[in-house]
Amino acid sequence: MTIIRRRALLGAALSITLLASATACSSSDDPDTGAGGGTVSEADVAAALEAGGNLKVWAWDTTITKVAADFQVKYPKVKVELVNAGTGNDQYTALLNAIQAGTGVPDVAQIEYYALPQFALNKSVAELDGYGAAGLDGKFTPGTWNAVHAGGKIYGLPIDSGPMALFYNKEVFDKHQIAVPTTWEEYAAAAEKLHKADPKAYITSDSGDAGFTTSLIWQAGGKPYTVSGTDVTVNFADAGSSKFATQWQKLIDAKLLSPVVGWTDEWYKGLGDGTIATLVTGAWMPSNLESGAKAANGKWRVAPMPQWESGAKATAENGGSSLTVPAAGANKALAYAFVKYAAVEEGAKTRVDAGAFPATTAELNATEFKNKEFPYFGGQKVNEVLAESAGQVVSGWSYLPFQVYANSIYGDTVGKAYIGQGNLTDGLKAWQDASVKYGQEQGFTVK
Amino acid sequence: MTRRSWIGWQFTGPFLAVFALVFLAPIGYSAYLSVFRTRLVGGTSFVGLENYTKALSDPQFWEALTRVGLFLLIQVPIMLGLALLVALAIDSGRLYGAGFFRVAIFLPYAVPSVVATLMAGFLYGIRFGLVGSINETFGLSLPDPLGPSWILVTIGNIVTWQYVGYNMLILYSGLKVIDNALYEAAAIDGASEFRIIRAIKLPALRGPLVVAGIFSIVGSFQLFNEPQVLDSLAPNSVTTYFTPNIYAYQLSFAGQQVNYSATIALLMGVSTMIVAYLFQLRTMRGSL
Repeated sequence: MTIIRRRALLGAALSITLLASATACSSSDDPDTGAGGGTVSEADVAAALEAGGNLKVWAWDTTITKVAADFQVKYPKVKVELVNAGTGNDQYTALLNAIQAGTGVPDVAQIEYYALPQFALNKSVAELDGYGAAGLDGKFTPGTWNAVHAGGKIYGLPIDSGPMALFYNKEVFDKHQIAVPTTWEEYAAAAEKLHKADPKAYITSDSGDAGFTTSLIWQAGGKPYTVSGTDVTVNFADAGSSKFATQWQKLIDAKLLSPVVGWTDEWYKGLGDGTIATLVTGAWMPSNLESGAKAANGKWRVAPMPQWESGAKATAENGGSSLTVPAAGANKALAYAFVKYAAVEEGAKTRVDAGAFPATTAELNATEFKNKEFPYFGGQKVNEVLAESAGQVVSGWSYLPFQVYANSIYGDTVGKAYIGQGNLTDGLKAWQDASVKYGQEQGFTVK
Repeated sequence: MTRRSWIGWQFTGPFLAVFALVFLAPIGYSAYLSVFRTRLVGGTSFVGLENYTKALSDPQFWEALTRVGLFLLIQVPIMLGLALLVALAIDSGRLYGAGFFRVAIFLPYAVPSVVATLMAGFLYGIRFGLVGSINETFGLSLPDPLGPSWILVTIGNIVTWQYVGYNMLILYSGLKVIDNALYEAAAIDGASEFRIIRAIKLPALRGPLVVAGIFSIVGSFQLFNEPQVLDSLAPNSVTTYFTPNIYAYQLSFAGQQVNYSATIALLMGVSTMIVAYLFQLRTMRGSL
């Protein structure tokens, strides 16, 4: 409850946003907003670089900064303005609003793989086949290349990827003589042993995370989402989903998961002091650990992701993003030139050197990359493990064309299981129902 | 004739222009939006009152409305009761350091509600906060104040802490304008302090109480900041339809359902007006 004055301000702000987004409702019906491919050729891209111009780039990835600087040195006629419009969802909200309002749309925008189908569906980002993107087939890992496709067309270029691995605090494991788990069964056993030995320590923290849940189902071979144009199915009753729900429920029931919310100060503190002993997450994690959990310098190691079946070698992706060219951008040919530079040309190398995990096969297979020793990880050649994981990602996964919304209601449904209201199976069912309902309201054919 | 009417317009014109721009236009626009529907597949179409019928049978909207209704019925009387008590105590002239108390009780109001909620969030944290420390020190297991069954009480606590001072000031200013002659007359008649409160002060506070009550009704219905901030500390306790405003926000910004969001916002505006009006009608009966 705030005072009336502050209320009124907020109300006014909301109204203005509504006003802005509404103006666009009418214009978004315009069938040709310039999203179509084929109108621009590779030659046009080269010509655009020659002519130069201004580019506004929305990205939160810190390694883009150096790329933008190098790009301007190489092409002095181009001026790049790099804006951090928020991470993930915050940026998507800003981007969707800008697109609907029709003003302030950036020329290039970073979009995570899970969110890309939503932007591709209503053609708010340009299809890149005609710009020459189709010729880049084979440059990227199959998983990331698949992730930038929607309906058979390319809507962005991958800039990083998140094949998953087990990050663990070796010091904690050694202290309590716990073996590094190779299966999820062993992981649960390790969780129990650790928490018994030190009641303050937890195997990991999880208070409910949509991305993590879907990634684990992905690894287990589940395919809860199938998308074919506007025909969508949502089904969390398949074998993969129930494997996850059963196994993870054990950890919740035994109170073996720290309820610390991810990416908060407490979370980093826990990662630093050993009270959060492992993280099963994407390959982009090392630089975050190094900067966020300095106290644990030298203690962390990376191991392959725990498996659902002993001896298997299956992984999934978690996170990872692409650079896209919003359809409403003024200079799309030039924008594509920047995207290509950052994704496959010199920029790819620059970003890897700055700590990003590449999506390009050339950078992944480079010996220099694989042999790099990480002092934070006690000199371990971390990339060897991560690159191996990249080759083992289970194929055939797809996200919903409204995954951003679906993830926003995860806490209302699956999240309840984490606070003892119902279990994960019920939660997933509720999530499914709510997603189906939304999909139908939005005009999809959902089953 | 013309000249005289123009002068009037010149005085009221600037106000009317701003009023139309920031007040009437957004409401009108929301109303316009609320009769359309935009979908990811299929674009925008005119749907008449469909959004309204949908809202009236939307269990999430009703749950949100019931929650703020409950909040209104329980938290507001407690808050206004406390504010009244404090205002009377400070006004009594028997309190040592009344000036200090007046400022100290008002001070939480100066703390932005986002900051206040974050502070409270840390106090109530079962793991790192004060509640956690108490549990650990005394071996207790107090219920989690940020858990789903207690979070509304916690929010009520935060809001009360923040707004008792504000409401106290409204009531206190009401007490300050009472004519001294009344007190003198009461003293001559030998009235006790409680008698003075009942016969002089409370009747004089009727107007200020109604004002404070209406502000509180509006505030309750528009509950947003506190649950929104607590959502980051207790993500599973605060749903995306916790209060009507949070629901409208979610629909608009996460769900891209601007039209339905506008409908919810308008319905909330109308319900707030109705409740506030009924409250005023009921409490002001016989006076003014």
